[in-house]
Amino acid sequence: MNITQNTEAQRMSFWERLYLPEIVRGLGITLRQMFKPKFTRQYPEERWEPLGSYRGRPVLVLDEDGERCVACGLCSRVCPALAIEVQAAETEREKERYPVKFEINMLRCIYCGYCEEVCPEEAIVMSKDYELVFEDRESAIFGKEQLLVPIAQLQDRLEFLRRYK
Amino acid sequence: MPVITIDGHRLEVPAGKTIIEAAYENGLQIPHFCWHPALSVAGNCRMCLVEVGLPRRRADGTLEVDERGQPVIAFLPKLQIACATPVADGMVIRTKSERAVRAQEAVMEFLLINHPLDCPICDEAGQCKLQEYAFRYSRGFSRFGEEKVHKPKRILWGPTIVFDAERCILCSRCIRFANEIAKQPVLTFVERNDHVTIELYPGTEFDNPYSMNVIELCPVGALTSRDFRFRARVWEMSFTDSICPGCARGCNIRVGVRNNEILRLEPRRNLHVNQYWMCDEGRLTQYGFVNVNRVDGPHLRRTVSTALERATWEEAYEAVATALRRYKPTEIAVIASGRLTNEDAYAVKKFAQMVLKTPHIDFPRREDPYFGDDFLRCRDRNPNTTGVLEIGIKPGPGGLTLSELPERVRYGAIRCLYIVEEDPVSLLPELRQALEDAEVVIVHASNWTETAKGAHILLATTTYAELEGTYTNIQRRVQLLRPAIATKERDRFQAGMAASRLDKFGAWNDRWTHGPRRDCRQTWYHLREIAHRLGTVWKWRRSEEVFQEITHEIPSFAGMTYELLETYQGIVLGKGRNPDPVPPLRYESHVLKP
Repeated sequence: MNITQNTEAQRMSFWERLYLPEIVRGLGITLRQMFKPKFTRQYPEERWEPLGSYRGRPVLVLDEDGERCVACGLCSRVCPALAIEVQAAETEREKERYPVKFEINMLRCIYCGYCEEVCPEEAIVMSKDYELVFEDRESAIFGKEQLLVPIAQLQDRLEFLRRYK
Repeated sequence: MPVITIDGHRLEVPAGKTIIEAAYENGLQIPHFCWHPALSVAGNCRMCLVEVGLPRRRADGTLEVDERGQPVIAFLPKLQIACATPVADGMVIRTKSERAVRAQEAVMEFLLINHPLDCPICDEAGQCKLQEYAFRYSRGFSRFGEEKVHKPKRILWGPTIVFDAERCILCSRCIRFANEIAKQPVLTFVERNDHVTIELYPGTEFDNPYSMNVIELCPVGALTSRDFRFRARVWEMSFTDSICPGCARGCNIRVGVRNNEILRLEPRRNLHVNQYWMCDEGRLTQYGFVNVNRVDGPHLRRTVSTALERATWEEAYEAVATALRRYKPTEIAVIASGRLTNEDAYAVKKFAQMVLKTPHIDFPRREDPYFGDDFLRCRDRNPNTTGVLEIGIKPGPGGLTLSELPERVRYGAIRCLYIVEEDPVSLLPELRQALEDAEVVIVHASNWTETAKGAHILLATTTYAELEGTYTNIQRRVQLLRPAIATKERDRFQAGMAASRLDKFGAWNDRWTHGPRRDCRQTWYHLREIAHRLGTVWKWRRSEEVFQEITHEIPSFAGMTYELLETYQGIVLGKGRNPDPVPPLRYESHVLKP
């Protein structure tokens, strides 16, 4: 059975087909919005503080006794975008392995959070940092000095992981 | 021969074999830690416990049969270890029955009680037998809440090996290796029950020429190499099958490469040549020269007195051709090398005979009486002396040998030296003067040796890790090498080169793909180009085509192909048509390592 009668024009009422009242109605909606509260943020001055569940750029946790990372390479292995490069070396500390080089290519990173999920030491976590601007490809590769963040700044995320991971 | 049944597979096995041998010869897996085909049976890990049943017999010796005429199987009340139980006719073995699985789980649980679970730190992760079995044969959780036993860590056993007693699962493989293969019995178990550990006898060191084999032998990460420790994860490397160029034995190896740099060599099973082992010397010294001090691209001296300068290949080949045209055949001497592959040696011989038409061709021997022993290491440090001689590199009628050469160069009888992949200066100091006396010295070299530095025209060649070719070892076995490292002209994904995940997915702008790629070519390629400029056309495009020509020209190579060499793990000269079969025990201890 073919339906040939149910076209857009046939479904419209007479007033709708007139077109003019609908335009006035639309203008009315616009006018009403002007007196409602604004959601727009004055971005650079006014900043948004994300919740603990937010996945910003991945960072390395800097504990009281130094970095937690043992350079196991699992984050590098699991990373679907191959953004992470780790080079391990030996240290005299109790955990005998540490990363001499830990680089995340932020142009490759897709913020999936797999690195955080796979990390056996809770050493790499997603931060709240979403402001990432680079001028060239080289500066988008973050080394240890940019990645290491004191644990105090990451409490929200660690709390979130403890509860939901 | 006794007929046994393992998990429903009926196998015919020679009498005297153990169950685990029978299984591995037929491609069946039985989990184990302490058993190794080349070592004696210790039977102490208990991982290979299986259910064993024998046909029940009546008092008169006849078999009891059930109503369907099948023999009645009586299973032994206790499980047996497959590594120490010889097969018997009619034996039925179950490795996956409920009792066997329960035993495997129990053994794994006991082993893991005191094993530190810090795989992220351990260097063995990814190629660890214990880790692998924990996935396959254990229950996946621990019931052990107490404090683990702590043992000493980072103990130096010798100049090359670090021992971590906590990780050790006491399989005794290293002890048996030291006693039986390395013949340096310095290791032993000490202490009792869960404090057992392995120690060296006081005042001794584990430093024999084969000591580092215990690193692969160790099923866990208790033994690590000081040379490699923590340099890379096993999954970051690609492993290409190759042959060690350290001596005439030609041990089969795997070349571990990351970012186009060799990080380690490890032995590969070949029961005809090196079984499961290789020597420390080969492992430690045969990769450094591939990574550093390399000649990159062709070099020329524009005038006699200037320094070597980088040139294009075109210029370099043209310069060689021009130089060679200037001399009479008898004024040119070729110094070949025992490090040449069969293909390159063949090209050199053909070049000397057909293009240069000189009888003066010889190659220096590299003998080291202190290196040779009665196991794997050979006095002859050249990997392919046998092959080069078989190809026929020797002075022609009236040709000069190497020792006669310096004098003839001094008196101007020889005016041009053509040195192929050899550093004769380091071997025969009197040749240093000859190098200065000669009017033109053309050198093919991969590294900046003394000879390379003294060249007038220098053509960069591949090392063993970048070429495709064959070596003939001291047992006259022709063995295949695949390239493990990319060069400027040869990408990965060619000629059987292995590629890791990083190689496959890295882009040009990723830092981990920036490993140096040298501009070098194989010797036969250089010679083909030069011969072409001197009016002789050779149509080789790949090493395989050179090898094909060898098999047609030289009778002892007849019938060989690269494919056959790979399948049979090398073929002895003259046996191209009926190669020795590969021994049936195709055993791989770990997934990623032998």
